[in-house]
Amino acid sequence: MAADNEVSAIYYIQHHLQNLTFGKHPENGWSLASTSTEATEMGFWAIHLDTMGWSIGMGALFLWLFHKAGKAATTGVPSGLQNAVEMVIEFVENLTRSTFHGHNKHIGPIALTLFMWILLMNSLKIIPVDYFPVLFNKLGLEYMKIVPTTDVNATLGMAFGVFLMILYYSIKVKGAGGFAKELSLTPFNHWSLIPFNLVLETVGLIVKPISLGLRLFGNMFAGEVIFILIALLPFWAIWLLDVPWAIFHILVVSLQAFIFTTLSVVYLSAAHEHH
Amino acid sequence: MNINMTLIGQTIAFAIFVWFCIKYVWPPISNALHERQKKIADGLDAASRATRDLELAQERAEQTLRESKEQASQILEQANKRSNQMIEEAREQARAEGERLVANAKAEIEQEVNRAKDELRAQVSHLAIVGAERVLEASVDEKAHRDLLDKLAAEL
Repeated sequence: MAADNEVSAIYYIQHHLQNLTFGKHPENGWSLASTSTEATEMGFWAIHLDTMGWSIGMGALFLWLFHKAGKAATTGVPSGLQNAVEMVIEFVENLTRSTFHGHNKHIGPIALTLFMWILLMNSLKIIPVDYFPVLFNKLGLEYMKIVPTTDVNATLGMAFGVFLMILYYSIKVKGAGGFAKELSLTPFNHWSLIPFNLVLETVGLIVKPISLGLRLFGNMFAGEVIFILIALLPFWAIWLLDVPWAIFHILVVSLQAFIFTTLSVVYLSAAHEHH
Repeated sequence: MNINMTLIGQTIAFAIFVWFCIKYVWPPISNALHERQKKIADGLDAASRATRDLELAQERAEQTLRESKEQASQILEQANKRSNQMIEEAREQARAEGERLVANAKAEIEQEVNRAKDELRAQVSHLAIVGAERVLEASVDEKAHRDLLDKLAAEL
């Protein structure tokens, strides 16, 4: 009996941590993975439909809300939605003003997109872990993991986007030669140490997006696992742990969005600086 | 934890969202915010200017009031002085007129007295002549004694 419980608990956890994967299976061809082994066997040529769907949904929600507020924006007394939107914009403007030292009028929208998007995706975590999996099970879909930031692909994908921006602005501001010089001649400005510098700087560069993505993923994934573990408790005891953990996660959700955004702005600021 | 195409998809989605945000979301709100900031700054400026203007106007009004009060008291004083003067003048005039009247009356009386005296004198000499005629009864030549009698009358 105990072993049964254990098996079902492990199955429950694994089930909740499996994305809805669509990809090219070596035997079944292009199809939805019906087990996690199948999803693994699909390799790189697969896509997490739930991650993509929920993240795009959240991004679209963010853009729709802000676009709506922007269209109605007046210089008069703001109210309701405009008030909230302006508060976020002001917050992001302050953030970029205090941490970004280059000249780039796109840094504000970039930071805003990162912050709001991650915040909305993280916020999906507050929804009880069983609601959507059960709902989509009824619709015939085996897996449904609704929090995109608990998928390492999503967080690394965004971090990769930031990485591309770092490269783009580094080359745009310093020129390809300047950027190459920065990679090869810092921190030790001597020709004989160019290989050493190159290794050091490249590692430093690549660590930036990886740490960004993994930090967000780690925090969100760990929180999700705890939510799933709490959900294994008897139904009358769940709220005892679930409520405090959810309240704590209001902090984690916004804090992680803030950290990701701030670090991205800092990295982009460094990309704009001449050495 | 499978790394797969989701990563690429997420990067593409991110790029599209950032593009959309740069193009359509950020500018109107940011512009509205900055415009409002400017408007509020202008408003505060105008308010402080208005306060200063009000202070100045109050000061000016107070000064005008003070000046006009001063003027009014000055005018009042002048009027008082003038009225006193006029009374004094009138009194002086009245006195002079009275004196003149008295002097006139006195002169008239004097004239009257003199005339009466002359008349009296004439009558006296006539009376004397008549009396003497009566006394002397035609023996006296009126012409011969006329001068004598006139002299006598003048002595009266």
